[in-house]
Amino acid sequence: MTPRVQPHISLHEPLLFERSSPGKVAYQLPELDVPAVDSSEALGAENVRAEIEGFPEVSEVEAIRHYTRLSTWNYAIDYGMYPLGSCTMKYNPRVNEVVARLDGLAWAHPYQPEALSQGSMEIMARLEAALAEITGMDAVTLQPAAGAQGELTAILMMRALLAKRGNPRKKILIPDSAHGTNPASAAIAGYAVENIKSSETGVLDVSALERIVNEDVAALMVTNPNTLGVFEENILRAADILHAKGALLYMDGANMNALMGIARPGDFGVDALHLNLHKTFSTPHGGGGPGAGPVAVKKALEPFLPLPRLKRSGKKWAYDYKRKYSVGRVRAFYGSSGVLVRALAYILANGGPGLRKVSTDAVLNANYLRKRLEPFYDLPYTSHSMHEVVFSDERQAKQGVHTGDIAKRLIDYGFHPYTVSFPLIVHGALMIEPTETETKHELDRFTDAMISIAKEVETDPQMVKNAPYGTRTSRVDEVAAARKPVLRWKPG
Amino acid sequence: MLDVIGAGSVEDLFAHLPEAVRLKRPLDLPPGISEYEIVEYFRERAAENANGYACFLGAGAYYHFRPVMVDTVVSRGEFLTSYTPYQAEISQGTLTTIFEFQTMICQLTGMDVANASMYDGSTAMAEAAMMAVRTTGRGRVLVARSVHPEYRAVLGTYSENQGMPVEEFGYVTEAGTIDLEDLDRKMDDLTAAVIVQSPNFFGIVDQVGRAAEIAHRRGALLIVVFTEAVSLGLLQPPAGADIVAGELQSFAISPSYGGPYAGVIATRDKYVRQIPGRLVGQTVDTRGNRAFCLTLATREQHIRREKATSNICTNQALLALMASVFMTVYGKQGLRELAEQNLAKAHYLSGRLRPRFCGKFFNEFVVKAESKTPDQINKALLKKKIIGGLPLGRFYPELADSMLLCATEMSRRADMDAVAEAFQ
Amino acid sequence: MYPQNFRYTKEHEWVRVDGDVGTMGITDHAQQELGDIVFVDLPKVGTRVAQGASAGSVESVKAVSDIYAPVSGEVTEINPILADAPEKLNADPHGEAWLFKIRLSVPAEVAKLLSADEYQKYIEAEK
Repeated sequence: MTPRVQPHISLHEPLLFERSSPGKVAYQLPELDVPAVDSSEALGAENVRAEIEGFPEVSEVEAIRHYTRLSTWNYAIDYGMYPLGSCTMKYNPRVNEVVARLDGLAWAHPYQPEALSQGSMEIMARLEAALAEITGMDAVTLQPAAGAQGELTAILMMRALLAKRGNPRKKILIPDSAHGTNPASAAIAGYAVENIKSSETGVLDVSALERIVNEDVAALMVTNPNTLGVFEENILRAADILHAKGALLYMDGANMNALMGIARPGDFGVDALHLNLHKTFSTPHGGGGPGAGPVAVKKALEPFLPLPRLKRSGKKWAYDYKRKYSVGRVRAFYGSSGVLVRALAYILANGGPGLRKVSTDAVLNANYLRKRLEPFYDLPYTSHSMHEVVFSDERQAKQGVHTGDIAKRLIDYGFHPYTVSFPLIVHGALMIEPTETETKHELDRFTDAMISIAKEVETDPQMVKNAPYGTRTSRVDEVAAARKPVLRWKPG
Repeated sequence: MLDVIGAGSVEDLFAHLPEAVRLKRPLDLPPGISEYEIVEYFRERAAENANGYACFLGAGAYYHFRPVMVDTVVSRGEFLTSYTPYQAEISQGTLTTIFEFQTMICQLTGMDVANASMYDGSTAMAEAAMMAVRTTGRGRVLVARSVHPEYRAVLGTYSENQGMPVEEFGYVTEAGTIDLEDLDRKMDDLTAAVIVQSPNFFGIVDQVGRAAEIAHRRGALLIVVFTEAVSLGLLQPPAGADIVAGELQSFAISPSYGGPYAGVIATRDKYVRQIPGRLVGQTVDTRGNRAFCLTLATREQHIRREKATSNICTNQALLALMASVFMTVYGKQGLRELAEQNLAKAHYLSGRLRPRFCGKFFNEFVVKAESKTPDQINKALLKKKIIGGLPLGRFYPELADSMLLCATEMSRRADMDAVAEAFQ
Repeated sequence: MYPQNFRYTKEHEWVRVDGDVGTMGITDHAQQELGDIVFVDLPKVGTRVAQGASAGSVESVKAVSDIYAPVSGEVTEINPILADAPEKLNADPHGEAWLFKIRLSVPAEVAKLLSADEYQKYIEAEK
């Protein structure tokens, strides 16, 4: 019997601090072309620090190997599908990476003269126009750094509009199926949150809405399609109810991948929405960010947009800071320009017809998955699915196996899990969104895996409960991590 | 596939949408173009921006060399195209790098715990203020005028709707440091936090220790902000800070016309449950091996919803990774040498001019224009393909005759000489 | 299973009254629902609490539950063992892992709470 030996690169890679040796360096700096300066003299001795204790000291080779080895412990879109619901994990086009790195764009300083920033300003103007067209809205701000910040920005604008009309109002209505950032953003904006229960079919209950909308309600925050992947068929009615009482309709645009070229929020009563460029518009997730969360609004909200705004000055672009109703700034400078460049590249690559095909393919793929998985997993809401579908673990729960366990077993089949236990209105949810960039081949591999697991649950539930088996790390102890948090490395 | 679904055509899948919401025309966008045409389009845009200029702007965004290794690492598909590491078993790469990042930030700032990054320095400061309010139970915040003006504007936007009054205190005109008397006068028992920046917006090393005394005497927290991370290679970590909020753009994050950047919040152990944003913690797997996972998630929006410490869902992971690789490449010795070079360059330039403030500065300083206006000086410099400093009139009317100059390891002697000459 | 000398709330807290001081905690049912407890956030000594109002919270890895005061009064003591050993709340929720003590301001409130039998029936009906 050959003793199994692990190749050394897959052994537990030490942290940088553990593989450091005094004096090792990986950097080079040019020689100074000016005289060196005594730090204590220039800064005051009391301001000069001792060495940075514990900071890494590794060579270039060690650094490259460290990061390369670590990277191999990650799953990624480049490896295979991420069926994460509402995350829209589509392929990240590499041309985006090339254009974002062009020197004139990557090295542009935000305070450089406007005359020398026309390229960046044109990109922003073009993207604003494209997003306005796609969403059917009147004006767009590209300032928010993420979807959640977009939500906050929009709520601040709605508040400003309502205040100008005489009453900012007190609360925001949020469906129980909503993403957690919705109530969190509302709270930061100073509003109380009131939950509105979904109907039996999983959509907005317009009769309930009608009962509770009054002059204390500033807005309803809705996701459309909702987090079940179902189009809110009563959205026009909901908009009417709200507008009749002077309230506004906000849409979380996370699920825009289902609608491009098909239906536009501006046409179904939405007053403001945010988009997630890292979802619908292909900018890379990068392990958790950066994203960007532009906000699109109807004319009534336009005066309140964050400043500065782009304006045309003869043949050039200029910034307009004289916006007296603006809610102000939500971040320094103009926006996550590097992300905006990537999103515009994506829109140029697809064009109008291409974006429509993105949405129709996304919906096609999701419906295919639904049909293949329906015989094996419980489908609590049977309305038409758009770009995502939500199953529940009810059948498997009878064997004591839950959505989290199935997700872990899916890893053994070479896939990233779907979204587990969300939305909250489905007990034991399995939220699945394939996106349009998955081929039938990949979709079939995924459904075959899910079907196989469903069978495993019947014959060997305990095995499924202890998955995964094939990963470098088995299940981690999240309880210990939370009870006694260790959030940094320490020597000794 | 349509057969499996039981639909006649793809359009059937949308038939259930109400007629009134359907878009009845194609999107008014040109058809898609090829990869080559896309690159060409952006090359044209890039050419319309400054190219090949020497630049002496700082003011919250800094020009530093980007080690080649940074893009090598972040371009790996495993880092670029991976998702938030909620599934620990298949995200140990990201989780480990974030744990290292958190550690390095603590080492740099002298704090006990750091989060996995915020959107940028400006929102990190606003979130730090909100954190102080939560922690102390008090409502009011004092912020120095020598803190970056756009950061203060963001704080104003965030604080307006939370019943969190924000008041400013001034700086002393000779030194350019915070006016301690003004701070002391404005301090009270309702103040949750005092916010100062060091080096401040004028580039000057500020009186952090004295500010800490004043704040702590009245039970308030001290928040210290930094915008130039390279300064931490040489400057003492902020003594007496309860929360540090900073911007890491200097660490290999391209200036990129203002974003995306990566902010960070670091604090003391006792405040860890109030810190916003993601945290990665160390644990073990079922085989007893060290592993990492997201932790203390109950602070966050996806669990706490409206009672969360913040609405933030992202951490700027890829940018934090760039910063981590930068910190690794430079390391203990290199970050110091880099900071020393910045100090040398800026002091060479200042030696040929007369800084307006007498306070000690790192790589930025303010100069008053004597015979011409700042705009005139900059106009002359543009003809030499040099972008001069930031005229301060737009932010500080009392300093309309001055500009903020920044010199880094990238600044060349000949260009600095040209800047000095332009002031004659 | 549920001590007879305790009174219970529908939010799954218990209280044991001795004279004018009530010792309170969460029930075994509550700790089971929560799963492994990682952190307990208790009100400060001296805090005035009202019956039914939120007074702290209990956290597991994936969830947070508010604690509601079973009776009104002033918090006189909090259990020191929970800061370092929140897991005791899973192990012994009715005994060693009490949460805090209240000096009752409205003793009559106690009679309105559920008896052990009533609570037992209540949680069975919930299933």
